[in-house]
Amino acid sequence: VPAIKLNSIALLGLTGTAIEIEVDISDGLPNYTLLGLPDSALLEARDRVRSALQNSGFGWPNRKITISLSPAWLPKSGSNFDLPIAIGLLLSNAILPNIDLSKDLFLGELGLNGQLRPVRGVLPALVFAKRAGFKRVYLPNENLPEAKLVSDLNIYGFNSLNQVIEYLQTGNYFQTESNLNYVDSENIEPDSLIDFADISGQKNAKLALQIAAVGGHHTLLIGPPGAGKTMLAQALPGLLPELENEAALEVTSLHSISGSKRSIYSKTPPFVAPHHTTTATALVGGGSQTIKPGAISLAHRGVLFIDEAPECKSGILDSLRQPLETNSVTITRAIGSVTYPANFQLVLAANPCPCGKFTGRGRGCACSQLQIRRYLNRLSGPLLDRIDLKLLVEQPTRAELSNIDKKIGEKDVQTSADLRRQVKRARARSNARFKEFPWQSNSQIPARYLRGDFLAEQSAMTFLHTQLDKERISARGFHKILRTAWSIADLQESDRPTLEQVQLAFNLRTAGEIE
Amino acid sequence: VAGFTGFHNQDLGRFGESKVAQYLINRKYQILDQNWRCQSGEIDLVAKSPAGTIVFVEVKTRRNSAFGHPLESIDAIKQSRLTRLARNWLRTKKLGAPTYRIDCAAVTLEPNLHIDYRIGVI
Repeated sequence: VPAIKLNSIALLGLTGTAIEIEVDISDGLPNYTLLGLPDSALLEARDRVRSALQNSGFGWPNRKITISLSPAWLPKSGSNFDLPIAIGLLLSNAILPNIDLSKDLFLGELGLNGQLRPVRGVLPALVFAKRAGFKRVYLPNENLPEAKLVSDLNIYGFNSLNQVIEYLQTGNYFQTESNLNYVDSENIEPDSLIDFADISGQKNAKLALQIAAVGGHHTLLIGPPGAGKTMLAQALPGLLPELENEAALEVTSLHSISGSKRSIYSKTPPFVAPHHTTTATALVGGGSQTIKPGAISLAHRGVLFIDEAPECKSGILDSLRQPLETNSVTITRAIGSVTYPANFQLVLAANPCPCGKFTGRGRGCACSQLQIRRYLNRLSGPLLDRIDLKLLVEQPTRAELSNIDKKIGEKDVQTSADLRRQVKRARARSNARFKEFPWQSNSQIPARYLRGDFLAEQSAMTFLHTQLDKERISARGFHKILRTAWSIADLQESDRPTLEQVQLAFNLRTAGEIE
Repeated sequence: VAGFTGFHNQDLGRFGESKVAQYLINRKYQILDQNWRCQSGEIDLVAKSPAGTIVFVEVKTRRNSAFGHPLESIDAIKQSRLTRLARNWLRTKKLGAPTYRIDCAAVTLEPNLHIDYRIGVI
């Protein structure tokens, strides 16, 4: 009897490994062993597969069954090997004809009644499958829309084990309802986000966020509770240009591994807002059986927003420092090492003091001077170093609030879509400028180049040098202001930052400085 | 078939064992011992194969497979007991160290009398 072999895929991070599933049935006492370092979810596959086969109307071979998942040294986890194990058992039991399945890939979890259940990480798994030369993929129907994002593979979705078997026996593939309802990516509406037109007042903050969107500047919002910090941050992804196809696939892959609810067709940059009590592992990524991406990787090519940032436990925010430098994160665990992309725009929000009322004239603030000074100091210096814009978000006035009644389309109410168009144009300008350089956005211009190829206008440089002489800004602040000024220049279509633009950048950086 | 349902458990076992003994005799085996007992327990059948191998047989009899395959009840503990029993038998009979093996046989009565005989499984 030739050994039965089927193929599946194990994912570690975004990288796949082809897993060969061998099934051997021999004489001996009825016994059922699963080899190849399975974790507990995979070990339970034995019982799921057994029930699924019996409840799908197939007998159970009461013989010595050995199932081996190779490579044997690689620890395997999860439920996506249920389907290939079941098919392998049927093949070796001669229920299925001996067909060539060497270019076929099986993925799927089985329910006890033989129903096929969706699995995680289908998109990255199939990207790998295509590269590894597989031709056909069999998977649960619910994973079909995601799977179809990968072109050039014959992908079949099924609702139950019986449907798979029928297909393998007869070649009949029935288009089930969910195959037919497969929607084209063009027809999907962008995720609902807060529109800038819905936020009243906050002119400065809106302008600053638009500038941040142009240059990818990390931003800190400081303001009293209820002023609109969270709304502003939530509106930021709406200002970022839509993701290109490749980038959208990358983002969807990351979300697919973690099993998040993000629409697989979405081209809106992701917005991820972990709570301030989050752990470093949840933020950065980790886990022992599978190394899952953390919030920073889910926010890849989008916005990572941390509200009440000073309330984070010490060390949590500082774990962001290295990913902010390298735009990726490498996580090492016993089962291996995984690198996830983590190129996100960081937005932190903070109250000005523990009670939140130390703003404007500071009326009603019950905090002591010491408490106020200590509060924002909880954000460490090295982290603040990476933040280009510090904004004071004030309570909107009554006049500003009444403005919200104005209909969208009136002159002074700009929607996110209007602002996004401007951002897109500005980004096109900076992209053209950076063609010959290894960086993509204004926030990444190295200091050396800011003093060489990327100087502001003469008068503007004089202004900055004066501020430097008066010790109003540090050398680091000097460079950050210049980077921001370049984003303003791109937005206002100047060839070089003007004095006015540099002054605006100066104000955006120092206004939030609480001494 | 209806007649079998009247068996008590012990009778059922004896009936199965006699069927397996007949099965072996048909294949030119010589029955050496039946229901041999010692401190550790009981061996259902001991036979000698045409090639001279001593064969110990554990017989499991069930009316039907409603409660799973009969041989599924032979777990690791039972397997090691069977090995111990086989060695005890050889020592008692002073047969030296002949080649021996342990077989298992499952007898089911319904729907038809069926013997599932497995060679050298322990």
